[in-house]
Amino acid sequence: MLDAAATGLADGLRRLGSGAIAAVGRLGYATRFFVAVVRETPAAFARLHLTLREVYFSGVLSLVIILVSGLFVGMVLALQGYDVLQRYGADESLGILVSLSLVRELGPVVAGLLFASRAGSAITAEIGLMKATEQLSAMEMMAVDPLARVVAPRFWGGVISMPLLAALFSTLGVFGAYLVGVRLIGIDTGAFWGNMQAAVDFRYDIVNGIIKSAVFGTAVSLIAVFEGFDAKPTAEGVSSATTRTVVESSLAILALDFVLTVFMFRGIS
Amino acid sequence: MSRSVLDLWVGVFVAMGIGAILFLALKVGNLVNWGSTPGYRLEARFDNIGGLKLRAPIKAAGVVVGRVERIKLDPGTYQAVVTLKIDHGYEFTTDTIASILTSGLLGEVYIGLDPGGDTKMLADGTRVTKTQSAVILEKLIGQFLVDKAANTGGK
Repeated sequence: MLDAAATGLADGLRRLGSGAIAAVGRLGYATRFFVAVVRETPAAFARLHLTLREVYFSGVLSLVIILVSGLFVGMVLALQGYDVLQRYGADESLGILVSLSLVRELGPVVAGLLFASRAGSAITAEIGLMKATEQLSAMEMMAVDPLARVVAPRFWGGVISMPLLAALFSTLGVFGAYLVGVRLIGIDTGAFWGNMQAAVDFRYDIVNGIIKSAVFGTAVSLIAVFEGFDAKPTAEGVSSATTRTVVESSLAILALDFVLTVFMFRGIS
Repeated sequence: MSRSVLDLWVGVFVAMGIGAILFLALKVGNLVNWGSTPGYRLEARFDNIGGLKLRAPIKAAGVVVGRVERIKLDPGTYQAVVTLKIDHGYEFTTDTIASILTSGLLGEVYIGLDPGGDTKMLADGTRVTKTQSAVILEKLIGQFLVDKAANTGGK
């Protein structure tokens, strides 16, 4: 009885240990992979049409979901913000509330989450399926490096698309807030834009937001290509890799967002 | 899809994205405080700055002419030393009064500059000597109560 418990405990410890070692090993492999992909950057830009094709699939095809979500997030933010602000007679600060939340946080983060589920999962599924159908091996047979031909263009396509998508998300959000705040509720146009312009700083708020979205874009694209490249070459392996991409990207975005916010926005309250 | 159509779509997308960044920069951010705006610095010492924050506006006659760049405490005199960054093109007389004001009851705290009649202008790095500290509401109420007590006690 006691023996069985001890063996069970030892087994559990062993599993935990091997799991931890596997996780660290995977992290090391991912880092090596990242360096290799970045090394292939010249290849991605030498055949620019490959990268442009990926910008099309990651960026252009994500436009609809990003624009519509941005518009609605901005409109909801305006309604909720107005509800609270008007209790303190500060309803003219609505522009500040909406623009700062969008530019600093919601734009990069929500656009990043949408990007991970819309484009990241597609990249993983595509590369994973290429691996499952042995297209990657076939390329290697023909002395074509799949990292240069398949992975690097997809990585850079995502890195280029993400900041643009986040900026579009914020813009549409501000526009949605304008529609609700000024057109529907009737806040003064001048106060809405004027307060916003006085409070939002280009270097401090907007550039930091763009940096955030670029970091998220890099993280999501890297996770997506890595999971695809590392997928088990089976139908099940591709499906679980796609799931892992969405989960890991979302967690990475939220964790990175906290770290970046601590560095960027701590100095001034 | 042919390559030219694809290029067209990517071009439209990139143009939209850059347009969005420009919109954020110009319409939302107004690019007022772009890090390297030309300007010059003045220093002002206050006994109490109240709720003054970094990047608070500096206004003359209600027009924003600069931003607060740095706030620190002088360990010798226990005064707050505020560095004002004034935009290029605005000059103020040497007898300008800098006061810490609040727009509305709950509004933002800013520094108001009231130029005097002097003919000399403040140069880069000089100090605004005439300053007026922030009005602290609690102190004001305390003062009022003390005065009230003194008045009623005298009668």
